[in-house]
Amino acid sequence: MNTNASLRHAKPFGVAFLFAVALLCGTASHAADTPTTAPAIPDTLQQRIAACTACHGVHGEGTPGSGYFPRLAGKPAAYLARQMQDFQNGLRKYAPMEYTVRQLPPAYMREIAEYFAAQQVPYSRSPLPPVSAAALQRGEQLVSKGDPARKIPACASCHGSQLTGVQPSTPGLVGLPYDYISAQLGSWRTHTRATVAPDCMAMVANRLSESDITAVAAALASRELPADTHAQPAGSVTPPMPCGVLGATGDPS
Amino acid sequence: MKWLRWLLLLIALLVVLALGWVLFGGGSRPTPQAASKVAATALRDPALIAKGEYLATIGDCAGCHTAQGGARYAGGRALPTPFGDIPVPNITPDRETGLGDWSFEDFWQALHSGKGRHGELLYPAFSYTSYTKVNHDDALAIFAYLQSLAPVHQPAVAPALAFPYSVRNSLKAWRTLYFREGEFKPDPAQSAEWNRGAYLVQGLGHCNECHAARDSLGGTPQDVHLTGGQIPMQNWYAPDLSTRKNGGLEGWGAQDIVDLLKTGQSAKGTAFGPMATVVSDSTQHMSDADLRAIATYLQSLPPRGQPAPPTTPFDARTLAEQGGKVYAKHCAECHGKRGEGVAGVYPPLDGNSSVTEPTGINATRMVLLGGFAPVTAANQRPYSMPPFAQQLSDGEVAAVVTYIRRTWSNQASIVRAEGVSKYRHTPVE
Repeated sequence: MNTNASLRHAKPFGVAFLFAVALLCGTASHAADTPTTAPAIPDTLQQRIAACTACHGVHGEGTPGSGYFPRLAGKPAAYLARQMQDFQNGLRKYAPMEYTVRQLPPAYMREIAEYFAAQQVPYSRSPLPPVSAAALQRGEQLVSKGDPARKIPACASCHGSQLTGVQPSTPGLVGLPYDYISAQLGSWRTHTRATVAPDCMAMVANRLSESDITAVAAALASRELPADTHAQPAGSVTPPMPCGVLGATGDPS
Repeated sequence: MKWLRWLLLLIALLVVLALGWVLFGGGSRPTPQAASKVAATALRDPALIAKGEYLATIGDCAGCHTAQGGARYAGGRALPTPFGDIPVPNITPDRETGLGDWSFEDFWQALHSGKGRHGELLYPAFSYTSYTKVNHDDALAIFAYLQSLAPVHQPAVAPALAFPYSVRNSLKAWRTLYFREGEFKPDPAQSAEWNRGAYLVQGLGHCNECHAARDSLGGTPQDVHLTGGQIPMQNWYAPDLSTRKNGGLEGWGAQDIVDLLKTGQSAKGTAFGPMATVVSDSTQHMSDADLRAIATYLQSLPPRGQPAPPTTPFDARTLAEQGGKVYAKHCAECHGKRGEGVAGVYPPLDGNSSVTEPTGINATRMVLLGGFAPVTAANQRPYSMPPFAQQLSDGEVAAVVTYIRRTWSNQASIVRAEGVSKYRHTPVE
């Protein structure tokens, strides 16, 4: 959205006006010095974002039991901010998220993203579906080696050698529930999840077969967590394809 | 009986003519820019453009004429109505897909008379029922501003209207019932401030398009003004803006109205749902003089007769008692034991017109959806309410909504569990 110049000029007047309002309100509350039952509300970001923490947890721990609301804790901040932006502009579709973030200004979204990125809570295991050993092996193959014949890069080639993500924009994949991973890979194929072009993850998801998605989601969800779950430093991987979220332009291939 | 035959023939002829008029009549030619009474240079006057920018903002043109994630004013979306989807046009000056070839005369014909460039009748999803009151100078400024935008090439989406609404000339009948063309006429008995407020509320602000009930033909009868109504398709209730008790602005001072429109919050309530977007995108940018004028006008609306006190069904007490428990557990921490809210943070529920509006939809949906207070220059990091859709059953939502609608000074009807389930979907717009 463009902020237009003349409205920006109007702001000093708005500030002066609000200051006047605040003064008036202050006077009024002093005059009526009666005891009140009004609750004391802490002026913290955590208090302000009750709409987020109701589902994602106060520390962004998500709902590992059901796998429905993803963990946000420790994900790179730029990645989290980008997701809110994608929900805002309709690239990523999920009505409750689109509704909740629809108006938030970039600075506030960045602050919220940094809050969750900074949270450190232990991972907990999510239930795994019954998958065959062969499927798990296939999944593990895709995770660490990919499938060059079908131009499927290894997950690790972008998401980090330990799959803990890479700063600033690549999320970690370890510790995510099976249901969440398979649902996200599916949503890239049905165009309910997208991001800025070139959308490399959409390309990868569309090259996976349905059984590949089951296999890779099961393999990721069953992986042991590395000792250090922090995202790798920026620039520590060279992605095999151009990705808009990493600042690339042009067509992915 | 020769005269009878002649009469029948005459009637048949009239019917054919009338049918022809309905189906094919009403076309006209656009006014070419070269033939316009407004010189192209006049439209490039920076002062006029700046005035138009302000007016387009407070009229919230972008609210409809922008697609989610799309270029501002470039249309490219459909407005869902009970009669079908109506494409929202591109109003940037692109020659092929926008207003690039339009003259001011064409624009005036649309805004003032509800007719397209070729005389075709426009669907009243475009609120010309209100915009007809906008005066010539303001319309010119808005046109100059729109013509100053960078052109965006964005074709309109296809209309998807059911028969007979798909026949544009069916609007002839609709217009006879609901549309009175004419600029705003100031009331000399009232102050200049009141008249400015009335002009903005009735015209460009198009408040009545949501804050009045629409009938089965999607129109608002001429004598119905800001009485409150359910917004079609969006399933929110836009409350009565008169000073009515239980569902209106009873107890609101002029400053409360100014605060809500400027900051999104007031001592009496917080804007949410579609109004949150209206505040964020539009009313927060209004000048203080215009906000005061609107408050003056709204405060002068005669209080309407009290609605009959709601009947008390046999199970009302049980519902409210159950709701009281839910309230103590989930709501009182922020909204207070007496529904008094926290000044500047959480809205009061006692005496809140959105709690006591006639349907109960607003309170029901707020409990289910939660959400952030409007983002405004005065409140850039708003507090929010958690959604309770996952935590509370339909019965619990109905109970707590019934409780807040019938406790403290609130006297509104009960809400039942059956009334909750249909609002569990989340609106995207």
